[in-house]
Amino acid sequence: MSTATVPEPAVAGEDRLNLRGRTLPRWTPLAVGAGSVVVSLLIYLLTPVDSEIQIVLMAALIFVIAMTASSISIEGSRRARDRFATTLVYTTFLLAVVPLIAIIASVVMKGWKRFHVASFYTHSMNGIGARDAGGGIYHAIIGTVEQVLLASVIAVPFGLLVAIYLVEYGRGRISRVISFFVDVLTGLPSIIAGLFVLAFWVLALDQGFSGFAGSLALVVLMIPTVVRSAEEMLKLVPNELREAGYALGVPKWRTILRVVVPTALPGIVTGVMLAVARVSGETAPVLLTVFGSNLINSDPFSGPQSSLPLYIYSQAGQPQQSAIDRAWSAALVLIVIVMVLNLIARLFAGRNRLK
Amino acid sequence: MTTEPDSSADTAEPRGAASATVPPTDGPPTDGPPSGESPSASPNALTEPAGKGPTGKAPIGNAKVGTADVVFKNLTRAAGFALLALIVAIALFLVLKATHALDVNKGNFLTTKEWFPNDPTPKFGVGATLFGTVVTAAIAMILAVPIAVGIALFITVYAPRQLSSALGYVVDLLAAVPSVVYGLWGLIVLAPHMTGVQLWLNDYLGWIPLFDADSVGRSYFVAGVVLAIMILPIVAALSREVFLQVPIAHREAALALGATRWEMIRTAVLPYGRPGVISASMLGLGRAMGETIAVALVLPASFSISGHLLEPAGNTIAANVANGWGEANTVGRGALIASGLVLFIVTMLVNIAARAIVARRREFSGSSA
Repeated sequence: MSTATVPEPAVAGEDRLNLRGRTLPRWTPLAVGAGSVVVSLLIYLLTPVDSEIQIVLMAALIFVIAMTASSISIEGSRRARDRFATTLVYTTFLLAVVPLIAIIASVVMKGWKRFHVASFYTHSMNGIGARDAGGGIYHAIIGTVEQVLLASVIAVPFGLLVAIYLVEYGRGRISRVISFFVDVLTGLPSIIAGLFVLAFWVLALDQGFSGFAGSLALVVLMIPTVVRSAEEMLKLVPNELREAGYALGVPKWRTILRVVVPTALPGIVTGVMLAVARVSGETAPVLLTVFGSNLINSDPFSGPQSSLPLYIYSQAGQPQQSAIDRAWSAALVLIVIVMVLNLIARLFAGRNRLK
Repeated sequence: MTTEPDSSADTAEPRGAASATVPPTDGPPTDGPPSGESPSASPNALTEPAGKGPTGKAPIGNAKVGTADVVFKNLTRAAGFALLALIVAIALFLVLKATHALDVNKGNFLTTKEWFPNDPTPKFGVGATLFGTVVTAAIAMILAVPIAVGIALFITVYAPRQLSSALGYVVDLLAAVPSVVYGLWGLIVLAPHMTGVQLWLNDYLGWIPLFDADSVGRSYFVAGVVLAIMILPIVAALSREVFLQVPIAHREAALALGATRWEMIRTAVLPYGRPGVISASMLGLGRAMGETIAVALVLPASFSISGHLLEPAGNTIAANVANGWGEANTVGRGALIASGLVLFIVTMLVNIAARAIVARRREFSGSSA
């Protein structure tokens, strides 16, 4: 017994000198990463693998396996598990970044051809065939701007009122039910909003296709976003502000409109801008309600209009290269618009004093 | 004069406070807010006669304040009820416009694979498209959710601080890229590049029936990958927010007990964030099932139920609406609306299930996330 225990103190002593156990050197991930890229490139050169996606996937797989194997052999199983998780997280992140960057890159590269041409913004598609090189997005921009503005004019006050009701007045079951259905609306597929307006406004009321029908569909999609963000912001307003208002004899509605809402305003604006950015890119509801048109129609209340997402969809569906080029350029314009709206929203979020 | 508005404000405020602290007062009467309304009216009714005695003018001012309050409150409540009415109207009008088409349908709507609603003898069913919706959404979820959680963990736990906030911005911006752009990219850039991957899957995993294919092309698999890339930033952005909420004390406690970083994530971050990740995934699932344009551009719009995920075939409910509605007649439009109703019900069930899961998890984990 005593003889058997003799070696153990020695081992423990060694461990004490090196508390964290044997670890892989800091440069290991880089070296293994470079190695796995080289190996996968070799496989690419030597075997009939013809897709870039496979090389990336293969390199990632080899990297994860090699890192874990070397970690198990040197660091022991517990640290190897940690190493495995770390490697996996880094790899998935890099893998996920590739397609997302690829999308932005291909939109910018392919869209640039027309993006910097002024006539692209000043012309419609009137009389332009799919094969023709000309044509522009003037009518689509008009349509998108009008539809989104109309939708915001309806959805923002409405959503704000619902949020005020939920935070300031609503108690008990009714407000829980409303809150639940706001969630249901949040998960509503955008095409259903389009089908609803198609069934209700276009078919049942026989109002015909128009930009306004499109904005009604966008309203359905905007409301939950506006309600949720406004609700979160109103909840963050400290109760002391409300009580101070009441203590000064200010009636509740004035307290809400003059104290609570202004305090939460930057946050509410952020939510509204994000909602606007989201509906600007919605295609499906607009497709069913606005119908699409090649002509300039600046009256949103009568006749089919176009819109940027719709324009992209219809051009992308054509087989001709010039139509697809137009789709890419319009996609670039749309992305720029959405990004600018998002950045404005972030600016307002930065000015938010709550939270 | 000054006492009157004070008293009215007083009667308004303690009522609110009381009903907030003692919920049962609202409970017993079956209709919640109306019962909250009547006590607010009755104190005013009591104070008004009392105020009328000493001064003539005070009650008018008081009444004005009360009226504006009541008007505003009712305005907000009307908006709330209008929202309920909106949901009811969505369901109602979809049903209303679908019934005629369903009446003249010669096939079983739920199981028929064909989609010929524009024929003189319409025969159509939601079977094939519902299958496509479920399959593409499932592929998207399997691919996207683990990767999105990985991204969220990378941003919140692994990345250096300066990098992490910048990456957060980038992910949020990517979540806002319109789906039509994903569709365009999937159609023109991704689909040709996926041929090699699909052939490779067929060569090496072809013994699994799912990956067995006679030919590969714009398949369920490609559509699922496009959807996965599309919902990736959405799920990642929401999961990141949830992981950011994990109390720093929990993480530090785990590390102080000697946990490695992975053990810290497993014991502190993931349990706390699980309800949030589930609801984020469900939002992503809803998006994936409802996605129209990206799928409509990628899939070849054929009506078949096939387990061979790599073969160029398939359609989804939403894509079918976008593709088919241009040539649809009255019955055709009704049929599309009916299929939309099915999609509506399915997404709503998913939402309700997600809420139930989140609520249960919250009880068990005791977290407030």
